[in-house]
Amino acid sequence: MMAAATEQPAVDLREPAGWRRTKNQIATVAMVLAFVVVLIPLGFVLYTVIARGASAISWSFLTGGPIPPNVLPAGTGGMGPAVIGTLEITGLAAVMAVPLGILGAIYVNEYGGRGPLAQVVRFMADVMTGVPSIVMGLFIFSIWVLHFGYSGLAGAFALGCLMLPVVIRSSEEMLKLVPDALREASYALGATKSRVTLTVVLPAALGGIVSGALLAVARAAGETAPLLFTILTVTSTNANVFSGANTALSTQIFANATQPYTGAQSRAWGAALTLIAIAFILMIAARFVTARFTRYSR
Amino acid sequence: MDQSEQETTQTQLSKPAVLQDAQPQDVASAPTGAQIFETKGLSIYYGSFRAVTNVSLTIYENEITAFIGPSGCGKTTVLRTLNRLNDLIPTARVEGDVHYRGASLYDKDVSATAVRRRIGMVFQKPNPFPKSIYDNVAYGPRINGIRQKGKLDEIVERSLRQAALWDEVKNRLNKSGLSLSGGQAQRLCIARTLAVEPDVVLMDEPASALDPIATGKIEDLMREIKSRYTIVIVTHNMQQATRVSDRTAFYSVLVDSQNDTRTGTLVEYGRTQQIFEDPQDPRTQAYVTGRVG
Repeated sequence: MMAAATEQPAVDLREPAGWRRTKNQIATVAMVLAFVVVLIPLGFVLYTVIARGASAISWSFLTGGPIPPNVLPAGTGGMGPAVIGTLEITGLAAVMAVPLGILGAIYVNEYGGRGPLAQVVRFMADVMTGVPSIVMGLFIFSIWVLHFGYSGLAGAFALGCLMLPVVIRSSEEMLKLVPDALREASYALGATKSRVTLTVVLPAALGGIVSGALLAVARAAGETAPLLFTILTVTSTNANVFSGANTALSTQIFANATQPYTGAQSRAWGAALTLIAIAFILMIAARFVTARFTRYSR
Repeated sequence: MDQSEQETTQTQLSKPAVLQDAQPQDVASAPTGAQIFETKGLSIYYGSFRAVTNVSLTIYENEITAFIGPSGCGKTTVLRTLNRLNDLIPTARVEGDVHYRGASLYDKDVSATAVRRRIGMVFQKPNPFPKSIYDNVAYGPRINGIRQKGKLDEIVERSLRQAALWDEVKNRLNKSGLSLSGGQAQRLCIARTLAVEPDVVLMDEPASALDPIATGKIEDLMREIKSRYTIVIVTHNMQQATRVSDRTAFYSVLVDSQNDTRTGTLVEYGRTQQIFEDPQDPRTQAYVTGRVG
């Protein structure tokens, strides 16, 4: 009964040629193509902004001010007021929207369940995601700016309204991913519902929640339309985010890029690159935070 | 925090109060402890679906009681009723009596949280928290208000020793609980349950995902801790039931072909030896001899 004694017929384990193999190859090529097609505009945008904006960037551009009138050539003044304005307004919007959004998601996923209120909140969040950002700006204009005037706060309200549904929905998805087995394990030790939520569900989902929230913040930092009606877009630094007209990078890009003057256009490219850099830094921060909070999850 | 301590003392005080020692009429005359659980005519529904019906049994202190039976016969459902974990399923409903140390578990003013502090549970699939090994074990004591580092250290070491896991993890207590192998993770879950010093430990097929060696460790551990705890275990492994349990409850499925419903029910309950060697019900006999299931 030696193995050599019985001669086996050769087995062909290769995928047989035919429609099945062709389908597989077509699908693979289609996926690679789709990936490349997605990369082209992204690469093109990045390349153009860096190529046109890099020359405008300098320390005095990032921190100096005031923002010069459109007619002045490149190299005068700086976008400092707009950088400060963007950080202030987006930061304040995040402080308002992120905690509220996470609490909303906790209610919808942990407490509301299939109840009517949770369904309404979920539905409204979806509707709110679909509201055009300029409409959100108009909304804040009519209920706030008309009564209290332009301010960074009004801009933060508008951006916060845009962030809120995104934070609710992304946090809810993260909470859904927490396995029920973990909740049961905690309940079986005699934990109350709030304990289970605070000590098991939230920590398990926190990495995803934080990166979702930071994505929403980065997205909002680039919004222009809602700020047009709410902060007025001035040229000097306004450190008080709660009162007085303010300025931001996105609205400065809009104000400068639409001008025929080369100096203004150069400043617009520079501001665009600055904005992308801020978003990029936020993304990297999100990665670090996620890694820190998920260090026990594998 | 004060409240939980009070509750613990109350349990200890109430222990001797319910020593209505009803001796069952069986031949093996080992001394029988206090009645821990007593169910009478228990039926459990999910919405309008009756999952389990007519379960009446008594579970005794410091014994290991095994629930056996084919899949879908309601063993796990009954087990989860004993610490009110089925409350988490919104449509679940209980009919009949479930008494724990003489107190009705499903009375209006009974807190499910207080019940679960006394009646812990180990699940079929190991489910350590995504926290460090230390924090996994310290979780229960912490939610019961123990904050002092020294005391927590002591509890963690004691619980891990009881679960026969201490030597394997003592040098990496700050590593993730998810880094452990299946058998270690299950013993971590047992340690986590023991850390709150429950009165009863419910185990839902704790060894079904484990190899024979890890299973053996968990069975040894069950025999070791039964002097301090009362254990109820659901198992599909009949050898396991004969190896570890003092009493065995055999469940089966009643099939109503007219309405196409399947309802679990308790068929026979008695000393493990009697159930396996001298079953009274033909269904039990068919199951334990391997002719069915």
